[in-house]
Amino acid sequence: MISFKQVSKRYPGGYAALKNISFEVDAGEMLFLTGHSGAGKSTLLKLIAAIERPNGGLVSVNGQNIGKIKSGAIPYLRRNLGLIFQDHKLLFDRNLFDNVMLPLQIAGFDHREGAKRVRAALDKVGLLKREKAHPIALSGGEQQRLCIARAIVNRPSILLADEPTGNLDADSANSIMEIFKSFHQVGATLLISTHDENILREYKGRRLTLKQGELQA
Amino acid sequence: MKSWLMHHLYVAQYTLRRLRTSPISSLLNILVIGVALSLPTGGYILLQNVQGLSDKLVGTPQISVFLGMNTNQDEISHFTKQLEQHAGISHVEFVPREQALQQLQQSTGLTDVTGGLAQNPLPHAFIVYPKSNDIQMLETLRDELKGWSKFEHVQLDSAWVRKLEALLKFGRLAVLILAILLSFALVAITFNTIRLQILTQREEIEVSKLIGASNSFIRRPFLYFGLVQGLLGGTTAWLIITISLGLLNISLGDLVQLYASSFSLQHLSPGDSATLLCFSAYLGWLGALLSVSQHLWKTESR
Repeated sequence: MISFKQVSKRYPGGYAALKNISFEVDAGEMLFLTGHSGAGKSTLLKLIAAIERPNGGLVSVNGQNIGKIKSGAIPYLRRNLGLIFQDHKLLFDRNLFDNVMLPLQIAGFDHREGAKRVRAALDKVGLLKREKAHPIALSGGEQQRLCIARAIVNRPSILLADEPTGNLDADSANSIMEIFKSFHQVGATLLISTHDENILREYKGRRLTLKQGELQA
Repeated sequence: MKSWLMHHLYVAQYTLRRLRTSPISSLLNILVIGVALSLPTGGYILLQNVQGLSDKLVGTPQISVFLGMNTNQDEISHFTKQLEQHAGISHVEFVPREQALQQLQQSTGLTDVTGGLAQNPLPHAFIVYPKSNDIQMLETLRDELKGWSKFEHVQLDSAWVRKLEALLKFGRLAVLILAILLSFALVAITFNTIRLQILTQREEIEVSKLIGASNSFIRRPFLYFGLVQGLLGGTTAWLIITISLGLLNISLGDLVQLYASSFSLQHLSPGDSATLLCFSAYLGWLGALLSVSQHLWKTESR
């Protein structure tokens, strides 16, 4: 489903974030990406979503070469991915419902059909009762759950989560992980970057460990 | 298709809401655009009116030749033949003095005055239509005719009209330059307004792009805003012109009445009005397009 072949990424200024990375992710797999901060976890996820482009090697998603993707095709790639950010990237000028509605507006959904999907997504992350609230009124864990609701409302086959439990206490982190687990059970492919040892101990899944831009065996 | 239409409708409503959220700055922007557009448009209308006036006064250039009072019938037919054979003249019209008197009575309503005259004071006249429109040729012809015996007075009627036309040409060029300059200003105003909006909505744009918004999706609300703002600015210009013309016509009415004339300033034709609105909407759209495209280009090439 996702494959990296000898991928390297250097940022302007010469800093090598990723060196010669090769791995594959099968459909329906839940994969953990671990390593210290600065090890290249975020960069790796950004390459999959075409937020960054590789300097060498081949990144492909569903057989599509992401390194060579035309900029006009990037929106359609991203609509098939659910992106979950450590800093949530919510919009504070609108309520929960409208935040989750945004991807559907972008994809050109009919409003009534979209509203059903938004409520289903909010229900899944336990925020349905607060659809009229504004994100500013939410706790950190709730904001992260809202971000997940926005990522899944399009029903993407692949979810990419960058440090989703980064700033959360253990309880909130566990509730987030339970949500991910339920997606895994219905067949979604998940790529979760984390350095939280508790989570890695508790949840089973293949691990990729990055160290200074290189994949550890 | 339906959802596409719904989306456009949604964006249009969103644009109007956004105009309403900052009414004062929206209003000021629209007013500035309106004033900027009304200057060249007003100039254009004044020129149109002067043009109409000069067209009404004299169409083609002509030379009036007044004969001496003692010219007899033989001499008249002799002159007619000579003038008709002249290389620089296309045709000639003879106006006998009786006809001239009649015309004078009809056109000015001076029946009382002319009726009181013991005899007709007007001479016979030729109206000469030259072949050329060139002012130089006309003057040469006039000077030549002046030299003929019995030609008491030779007058080139259209000289001042041609001077006026040259002046109008100059005026039109000035209005054109003004229009071009102010069009740039209009694009710049919209560009800046949209740039400020983009700054306040940078996050929304960034997030939208991350979750799969195409560039045209991001551009759309800004383009709508530019279009609507331009259109409202154009409407304002039209209103400014309408009100100004109304006021001018009121005071002009008093003036022309003294000259027993019925002249009033003509308003923009429906076609010109439509052009004004379309053009201002287009300029607003263009300013917005340049602004968003520049922002998208800058963020993409980062």
